[in-house]
Amino acid sequence: MHLDFLSSLIFASDRTWVWLALYGFSLASAYSAYSLITGKFMAPRLTFGLISAGFISQTLFLVDRGHQIGRCPITNFFELLVFLGWSMILIYLLIGSSYRLSLLGVITAPFVSALDIWALLVPDHSLQTAHQLVNPWLEAHTSFSIVACGAFALAGVAGLMYLFQERQLKTRKPGSIFFRLPPITTLTIANSRLLWLGFILFTVGLGSGFFIGQEVDWRKVAWSILIWALYGGILAGRLLHTMGAKWIATLSIIAFSLLLSVFWGIRFISDSPTVR
Amino acid sequence: MSVFCFGLSHQTAAVEVRERFAIPEAALPEALARLKTIPGLGEGLIVSTCNRTEFYVTGDFRDSPAPAFFERFYRDFRPGDGTHLFRLWATQCVRHLFRVASGLESMVVGETEIFGQVKRAYELATGAQMTGKLLNRLFQKSFQVGKQVRSTTAITRGSVSVGSVAVDLAKQIFGDLDGCKIMILGAGDTSEKTARAFRSHGAEQIFVSNRSFERAQALATITGGRAIRFEDWEQEFRDLDILVSSTAAPHAIITLNKLAPFLRTRRHRPLFMIDLAMPRDIDPAVHKLDGVYLYDLDSLQSMAERTLEVRKQEAETCHRLIEHHVQDFQLWIERTQPPNFPSIAVELPGA
Repeated sequence: MHLDFLSSLIFASDRTWVWLALYGFSLASAYSAYSLITGKFMAPRLTFGLISAGFISQTLFLVDRGHQIGRCPITNFFELLVFLGWSMILIYLLIGSSYRLSLLGVITAPFVSALDIWALLVPDHSLQTAHQLVNPWLEAHTSFSIVACGAFALAGVAGLMYLFQERQLKTRKPGSIFFRLPPITTLTIANSRLLWLGFILFTVGLGSGFFIGQEVDWRKVAWSILIWALYGGILAGRLLHTMGAKWIATLSIIAFSLLLSVFWGIRFISDSPTVR
Repeated sequence: MSVFCFGLSHQTAAVEVRERFAIPEAALPEALARLKTIPGLGEGLIVSTCNRTEFYVTGDFRDSPAPAFFERFYRDFRPGDGTHLFRLWATQCVRHLFRVASGLESMVVGETEIFGQVKRAYELATGAQMTGKLLNRLFQKSFQVGKQVRSTTAITRGSVSVGSVAVDLAKQIFGDLDGCKIMILGAGDTSEKTARAFRSHGAEQIFVSNRSFERAQALATITGGRAIRFEDWEQEFRDLDILVSSTAAPHAIITLNKLAPFLRTRRHRPLFMIDLAMPRDIDPAVHKLDGVYLYDLDSLQSMAERTLEVRKQEAETCHRLIEHHVQDFQLWIERTQPPNFPSIAVELPGA
């Protein structure tokens, strides 16, 4: 039985998968926040399970949508936002368990919830039904760039957690949350690896963009190169030890904020806002 | 027949008294064998730690006050000892054991070592075939209560000694301590306690430096570390992760100017500095440097006190939880014991 047929039997539209994902991420966010604030016992498996359930829903949406349109489902802003959230959770699920950073989900889940809400508020979420010739370079360019954004977002989250932990240590009065978040050294390593992962993916995405063979929007290119150079600079600073962990964490947040602004800004300044 | 607890603890007796009644683990099998000979005893179990010696027994001991029970057991019982002893039975005894297993009766409220000690005492008594249906159920229930109290409340959270607070902070900076290089400057009592705390949490590279090299060697032997001469400690400084300083120097031996050149060669690795000296060994200004975290005795002490305060507040939640289990246990007794078996819920006169 085809997934879209199953989906049409159960749901009014494939957006319901996104709603389900949103419920999973929101519950995980609420539970984590409650546990951290009240200092009550926290079951990491419950948070992990809720996030995983949300991830499965998002995956089903992307598979369903991809099947319907016959290409990677990044054809409008709604799909882009869902894909970005999915990328973040994918990297969280891969990296989170590897580096004992399960609490990264405490910030990742609300962030992805916000992305999903944003996506669901986007008025244009219609299907790109007219099957057009698929350009593999364009698909590679967009998908690699978005997964890179997911990695950069998580690097920003790790940076944010680092700054929080560092501040707690400097005040000499760390609260109970301090002892429940990962050690600053672990956060530094995670931040650095996520930056590297994002940078490599972004480089591949950027590089494949030059082979698309369509008319180039130089504003997009210029912004993309600027973002690439910024992340390259941060990594160079890390590699050459010219910047401390605090600076790198701060710059990870600034760079991702800029990336998000550009992501949003391009939507308005570009003549062709959607990937077609 | 009911369940009784005869004993003494840090709340009723000073260490000089407690140490006379303490039974080392090696002597417990023999002690249990002696306990078995007490007339009227059904089941029996001995919990003996540095802070308490308690006999949990079933049988008819209604007319047996604590001094009489102890006199039958200890050969060197002295007339004045009776004032330090207590006797609990029925519900009181059940509640007491649940509180002991949960760490609420410990000298440091919420410590977890007692749980293992009670468990070990139970294993030994079971091995000696001294437990039956009542004590088995009671102790297994106490383990369930202890686990629940630990996992659902904040009673065991945080640290309450300067050494363990320092270890907790170090773990939040470096994660595992096994790869950390730690230097202990000064070989006094506080340094020793802190070094031991680091060692017990997996620290392997410990260097000890002291003006008296012999004293440094002695502490290095105790902590499994390496002694270095006081003139040479600065050479090891570059690769350090944690510095514990507790010298008798009359002024700061580590200043901002002295530290800055070292930091440049450290490639932004964090440095955790613990100043336990009075007057302080480390200039407080170094705390402002990026990647340097300086904690002195006052800051560590205040963290330990805050934890104790939280634990005290949490004790009320624990109390409610324990009461729930005490009632559960009473219900079990009423359900399972024969009609002529007096309910554990019925406390004897004079309780």
